[in-house]
Amino acid sequence: MTRHFEKNCVISGAGMSKMYRKPEVYPFNLAVDACRNAIADAGLEIGDIDGIACWPHAAVHVGHGSSAASPVDIKNSLGLKLNWFEAGMGPGQFASIANAIGAIAAGYCNHVLCYRAEGERWVPMYGKAYADGNLPTPEGFNQWTTPYFAPSAATWIALHADLHMRQTGLTREQLAMIAINQRKNAALNPNAVYREPITLDEYFDARMITTPFCIYDCDVPIDGAAAVVISRADAIPASSRPTVRFEAVGTALHDHFSWFQRSDFPNMAMSDAAKMLWSRTDLTPADLTSAHLYDGFSWLTVLWLEALGITKPGETGDFLEGGQRIALDGVLPLNTNGGQLSEGRLHAFNHLVEAVRQLRGEAGDRQVADAKVAVCSAGGGVFGSALLIVRD
Amino acid sequence: MTTETALLARPLPAINDMNGYFWCGGADGVLHIMKCGDCSLYFHPYQSCCSACLSANVAPAPVSGRGSVLSSTINHQPWFPHVPVPYIVALVELDEKGPVRLLTNMFGEPVDSIVPGLRVSVYFEQHGDIFVPLFRPA
Repeated sequence: MTRHFEKNCVISGAGMSKMYRKPEVYPFNLAVDACRNAIADAGLEIGDIDGIACWPHAAVHVGHGSSAASPVDIKNSLGLKLNWFEAGMGPGQFASIANAIGAIAAGYCNHVLCYRAEGERWVPMYGKAYADGNLPTPEGFNQWTTPYFAPSAATWIALHADLHMRQTGLTREQLAMIAINQRKNAALNPNAVYREPITLDEYFDARMITTPFCIYDCDVPIDGAAAVVISRADAIPASSRPTVRFEAVGTALHDHFSWFQRSDFPNMAMSDAAKMLWSRTDLTPADLTSAHLYDGFSWLTVLWLEALGITKPGETGDFLEGGQRIALDGVLPLNTNGGQLSEGRLHAFNHLVEAVRQLRGEAGDRQVADAKVAVCSAGGGVFGSALLIVRD
Repeated sequence: MTTETALLARPLPAINDMNGYFWCGGADGVLHIMKCGDCSLYFHPYQSCCSACLSANVAPAPVSGRGSVLSSTINHQPWFPHVPVPYIVALVELDEKGPVRLLTNMFGEPVDSIVPGLRVSVYFEQHGDIFVPLFRPA
């Protein structure tokens, strides 16, 4: 066995629910849909699942909000017989997957269901929540931001992007290519909530949220869920389909857990996670056939490109210019499902499902050529985690 | 373009043993930040040890209240109905050995003047027992 146990684990199944911009279906039910779809996709029975994990913590018996399904409620709904389960914070949205790999390595379980469930349309968030004039009592980290009328990550990330764009010369016209390219990809994705193309003029005419971000730079809250089954490689059913295996995982946090006090500001936790990822493989960014990078805000995708060494700071603007290099037929197809900006916000779990489909050759009209190696990343600010997955 | 000057109700935290020095420490007009008594590193928010030298000899200490704008954003989204938009949110890095970086609003300032490197100094906005640290051009 290798010292890097993720290489002995595969993504045996991947599935999603429908995505809803309007609150039409209770979000918890969508989480169960995604889980059942992932298990079926793996060719497994529900009774084969012996582990479950999600990020972040989810309240028990609450099926809406920004973490809309507790693992124990999924367990009860599906009658799972679990050897191991967890829901916690960890290094961002892929923490559940890193934990699942660890649990499999320890021999606790063989098939772990990992999922992300969003129900932020069912309950109001941020501005809507405060529209009645009642002021929140900010706790924890929010006490440093909300008193300054900055309750949203939009503002916190804008403060990073402002400095980064001044330092590197990245322009809004170049940044726009992230949103424009992803909308073009979403046109080929029936599950995306926004599929109409965006022009550069429309981008520049769009409502500003907080400079440098307009509405198209911000991801789209939805009700929905995505799930994967992480399996011990020697425990999966025989299949004629290609196997998607983990090549490397990045979960490191070396500098402060802090939005604003890192020594290398405006870099983020992702810098540490990305370095760890490449330290666990002989592959390099040149081997990538697609990239599925977190886009809670468009600029986070830029910072992930740089953290992962796909582009160098100061050169990312040229890389994005015109959009051809990141298109489906470009040198590095980027966020081929439309990402969170167009398919909807599932905190990169939808990116992971898409990466699996690309590596299996099951991505339909948006299939990239000769997909072999995909990088997926999740998180911004204090959260960063990354996965390198390959077709065996 | 300038933003409005007004004393607006702010969403404020509950005071506890980890944050009181910061939110209430401005009563005497001086900003207080956690400091390592051994290596003189300042850090924010509270830690029980200095992450540089691991000394437990740490406590809130007065600082100069001077710093520079590191970055800023013009917020257009009406998160709170009583706060007129647009308004500035800026990140200020204190002069002390850190880094220590704090948010501020800059109502009443021309937005084009809020640029990296702008020298600022602290002042306080009182809301009951809480003295909210804010910064304005020095």
